[in-house]
Amino acid sequence: MKETPLSNCERRFLLRAIEEKKRLDGRQTYDYRNIKITFGTDYGCCIVELGKTRVLGQVSCELVSPKLNRATEGILFFNLELSQMAAPAFEPGRQSDLLVKLNRLLERCLRNSKCIDTESLCVVAGEKVWQIRVDLHLLNHDGNIIDAASIAAIVALCHFRRPDVSVQGDEVTLYTPEERDPVPLSIHHMPICVSFAFFQQGTYLLVDPNEREERVMDGLLVIAMNKHREICTIQSSGGIMLLKDQVLRCSKIAGVKVLEITELIQKALENDQKVRKEGGKFGFAESIASQRITAFKMEKAPIDTSDVEEKAEEIIAEAEPPSEVFLNLLRVSKPVLWTPGTAQIGEGIENSWGDLEDSEKEEDDEGGSDEAIILDSIKMDTREVSNIGSQDAPIVLSDSEEEEMIILEPDKNPKKIRTQTISAKQEKAPSKKPVKKRKKKRAAN
Amino acid sequence: MEGVMQTDAKMRTESGAESSPRGPGCSLRHFACEQNLLSRPDGSASFLQGVAEKSRERLIRNTCEAVVLGALHPRTSITVVLQVVSDAGSLLACCLNAACMALVDAGVPMRALFCGVTCALDSEGTLVLDPTAKQEKEARAILTFALDSVERKLLMSTTKGLYSDAELQQCLAAAQAASQHVFRFYRESLQRRYSKS
Repeated sequence: MKETPLSNCERRFLLRAIEEKKRLDGRQTYDYRNIKITFGTDYGCCIVELGKTRVLGQVSCELVSPKLNRATEGILFFNLELSQMAAPAFEPGRQSDLLVKLNRLLERCLRNSKCIDTESLCVVAGEKVWQIRVDLHLLNHDGNIIDAASIAAIVALCHFRRPDVSVQGDEVTLYTPEERDPVPLSIHHMPICVSFAFFQQGTYLLVDPNEREERVMDGLLVIAMNKHREICTIQSSGGIMLLKDQVLRCSKIAGVKVLEITELIQKALENDQKVRKEGGKFGFAESIASQRITAFKMEKAPIDTSDVEEKAEEIIAEAEPPSEVFLNLLRVSKPVLWTPGTAQIGEGIENSWGDLEDSEKEEDDEGGSDEAIILDSIKMDTREVSNIGSQDAPIVLSDSEEEEMIILEPDKNPKKIRTQTISAKQEKAPSKKPVKKRKKKRAAN
Repeated sequence: MEGVMQTDAKMRTESGAESSPRGPGCSLRHFACEQNLLSRPDGSASFLQGVAEKSRERLIRNTCEAVVLGALHPRTSITVVLQVVSDAGSLLACCLNAACMALVDAGVPMRALFCGVTCALDSEGTLVLDPTAKQEKEARAILTFALDSVERKLLMSTTKGLYSDAELQQCLAAAQAASQHVFRFYRESLQRRYSKS
């Protein structure tokens, strides 16, 4: 969906407000929004909220062979996805520019700064190394994605624990989390991105722009720094021309902000560690604030299933036997086994491409009398039928998403089944009630 | 001109520190939900409970289509986006619950609410509702049902594994009993949400 255009009034209003050093949410020029970090039950899963911008970060690991030119280093893989729920404009096909830019910036910030010790990820040089994968999903876009994403990435990496491995000579033993406690990654420093938005050709600047401010900004300067005041990455986009002292001033501000954010991250990690050690409850369930009116929790609840068996027996006793049409069909056409794995039911009829309209009309009357209950078992057939279609016989079933029901026509059935491998389940297919939907545009199958 | 409504459901299936085995008799794990938590979409909900992708999407879509009153919004596309935050078993049921709450939060007119319930049958034939990931792996059959709120009728069912028709009916009856509980949860959380207006 196209982004709703920003009206000129709004643009003028925002710019005027910025000129008067006012921000819509009441922040000061250098203020960050509230940062909230919550962890999930698994190690390496966290959600970071920067104001209303929400990013989910998840770290996972796998043992793989190393890259040929880096035989003793582990592999790091970063991926940021802009979920469609984050903003109406983020449709699956349409986000490429922004996505590429953000991913590239994240990679430079985290990979090139060497914040993770990749040498420690090596298990057997040249053969087995750990591949660490960081997946970030943007859940809500209210500006400043890159800051939130970089915080989520580094928090998830600090929170993550990989399984313990021991190497004795040639033998490599991988311990499960139950056998030996998982081991944290070795992280040298925590690079965090700080964004500066510039307005009016560099005259005014704001830290942590929100979505509206981002729309009216002229350019963006992103500085990734760690708490030791080392710059990991710096990027200026938008074509604004900045003076040297502006950039230096921004880096000083970034230094202060990064210190604050790093403290917050450490505190959050420690809290989570403490709760886990003490055996308290942790995870996203606990982090839902119970005082909020939009949140609600209910405890574990027992369900009384004592009368389930009686009810079931009643239903089965009262159920109608399958209708006459199918019983006839079963009697008339017995399955013939050609070879193990290939069987045939019925003879099939001649191709009636020519008289499509007439044949459909006839069957409609026959099949119309049965009440069709759409069982998901019919869907199962569709899946199996379309699976077999991928083998040699080109059975083209309509696989478009609009058509939910498949046509199981009583005497057309054999034609489909003839070229299929019949499993025990499918032999019962004729006994299912046919679901008819009159679709003239469908070619006869 | 086309109108578009966005309804998103971020959903997590986990239940805090729960790792103890469930005793005889069935129980549903701890539930929690949060509504209207995202500012960009029209409605959003987070639901925690305790190639495959495409198939799941289609199942959820069909369930929603059966329930949403599409005739009231012609030429409109309703997009439901689900993000799995973590999976601790009964994923499809949790997706269904989250989708329903998100549709309610967005104000989409529906003819009924719906909920998802998963049953697992283990090798001895014991029925377990709302199985954890471990129970799902060891089960002989896993059945997921979507039930509607008006008469507890079946909207969608998807099953994996081997089971008899008596067991199917038993699971269905158990799921109907469990769905009462889920609908009560919906009702109470919505009452709470709109209690100050």
